Amino acid sequence: MAPILSLRGVSRSFGAVVVARDLDLDLAEGEALGMLGPNGAGKSTLFGLITGTLSLNSGTISFGGQDITHIPAAQRSRLGMARSFQVPQPFSGMTVFENCVAAGAFARNQAERAVYERAAYVLDQCGLTAKANVKAGTLTLLDRKRLELARALTTRPRLLLLDEVAGGLSEPECAILIELIKDIRTTGVSLIWIEHVIHALVAVVDRVVVLAGGVFIADDTPQRAIQHPKVVEVYMGIPASEAAETAAAGSEGRHVPA
Amino acid sequence: MTVLEASSPRAISVRFSNRSSRIGMLVVAVALLFCATAPLWADRSSLRLYGEIYTYVALASLWNLLAGYAGLVSVGQQAFVGLGGYVLFLLALNSGLNPLIGIPIAGLVSGLIAIPIIFVLLRLRGAYFTIGSWVVAEIFPQVFQQIPAVGGASGISLPAAVVKSIAASRDTREWLIYWLALAMAVLTIGAIVALLRTRWGLALAAIRDNELAARSNGMDVNRTRVVVFVAAAVATGMVGSLIFLQKLTVTPVAAFSINDWTVNIIFITVIGGIGRVEGPVIGTAVFFLLRQFLADFGSIYIIVLGVVAIAIMLKAPRGLWGFLADRYGWQVFPLTRRVVFRN
Repeated sequence: MAPILSLRGVSRSFGAVVVARDLDLDLAEGEALGMLGPNGAGKSTLFGLITGTLSLNSGTISFGGQDITHIPAAQRSRLGMARSFQVPQPFSGMTVFENCVAAGAFARNQAERAVYERAAYVLDQCGLTAKANVKAGTLTLLDRKRLELARALTTRPRLLLLDEVAGGLSEPECAILIELIKDIRTTGVSLIWIEHVIHALVAVVDRVVVLAGGVFIADDTPQRAIQHPKVVEVYMGIPASEAAETAAAGSEGRHVPA
Repeated sequence: MTVLEASSPRAISVRFSNRSSRIGMLVVAVALLFCATAPLWADRSSLRLYGEIYTYVALASLWNLLAGYAGLVSVGQQAFVGLGGYVLFLLALNSGLNPLIGIPIAGLVSGLIAIPIIFVLLRLRGAYFTIGSWVVAEIFPQVFQQIPAVGGASGISLPAAVVKSIAASRDTREWLIYWLALAMAVLTIGAIVALLRTRWGLALAAIRDNELAARSNGMDVNRTRVVVFVAAAVATGMVGSLIFLQKLTVTPVAAFSINDWTVNIIFITVIGGIGRVEGPVIGTAVFFLLRQFLADFGSIYIIVLGVVAIAIMLKAPRGLWGFLADRYGWQVFPLTRRVVFRN
């Protein structure tokens, strides 16, 4: 089956800083992809390029078989892309419920009553019913993150881009989030998840890519990707050759620290 | 977080009104009744003052829609106020139609002129948009000063015959214009409230709050801005035509005055509470109270206005109504969707 999302030769730099260097990526329909990488590696920038809030220097992006390279962000959203922002971007003067309704009403052009019901359902899913009529600007950081997820889900996306939704959650909350995202996956949505909370990521995704210096240095199953010598080098500062020896020596259960 | 089974959607109901807005609408209804019957109890000069107040309420509400919702901080709306005035005068002088027919036509012409203007201005962002709107507006008085057909720099007046064609008796005429000004304010606010209750209202509030998130959630920011700017120009042109119908004379300096039609309007909107429908109404009340009390003190009036503006910015940065609304949860117009979970 054709991939739902396909990046070919995607490049972007800010002045001398290259954040994406000739990137290729395919995401299969229904696949969940985890994205790792040190701070500043360009993970959130890549989400900006995919969703159209940033423009490419070169390369092409296609979504659902359609070339969307030159399509504006609003239209990409209507095609079925939804993104949660790493730094929450609520509509702060509107209520939590209205935040979701606004997204649902525009992103997928659903009828008003259907949007209301979808928004209420999603708020319930994300544990925000008690805050539904509260102005989003008054929410705590944790609730703002929940709202990011809820707003994205209200749009019934085909592709969901999650940017560090687990950061700052307590262990029990994280466990609930993992169940929630597994639950969302059963509806057939495709997923790319940027996350530093590795165990949450590993529990949900099928595949992990590691982005560093604007290139993917690993693309593998979650367990193998995080033990990849280059990944260990980037995170731990151990040269790849040594890391490869250590890995070959068969140390088990090695994890890249978050 | 609780994870629910997909099979158990919760029954909900969604309402706009609450206790606060029900009380608010009652207050509005009583106030409207009071205003509508003013010709029966107020003298001629009071009626003129009230008429002027209504036109300011309408202009400030429209500017609030632009700056407070669509993020278009224009300081060039005087272009449409003056244009509306000139269109009405030209029609009345040359067509022999009742001047009142000129009001909607003035709006239409303003809207048409606004279309190319907004497409040019939208190439600019933020402060550059603001400066650009000013530059564009400055073209208007320059052009009208050069046209002999509209009296050049000295402007034109409506001849007595044309004025009489509105209505034969002076009282009827003044009442008619008073009611038109009231209707203009009520319709402007009514239309804004109706707009804000649709999904386009959600888009406007979303753009006001967070443009990046609005774009990422399917909202076409530029298209929304074009529509709002043109609609505001139509209404501003109509209000402008009515303002100069009250004055019976129009000059380029008065018609395109940035002080009268933009600086005062910004003062009103900002101290009343920008980004809230109630704000411009409160702001207009404060502005006219200050003006009436300080009218005899000359330039001190300007100083006091400045001090009031600074004090409010420091103590209530969201304006007077913003302060009250945040503190007591007040809301006059039923604009917020409230969801109630039934089970």
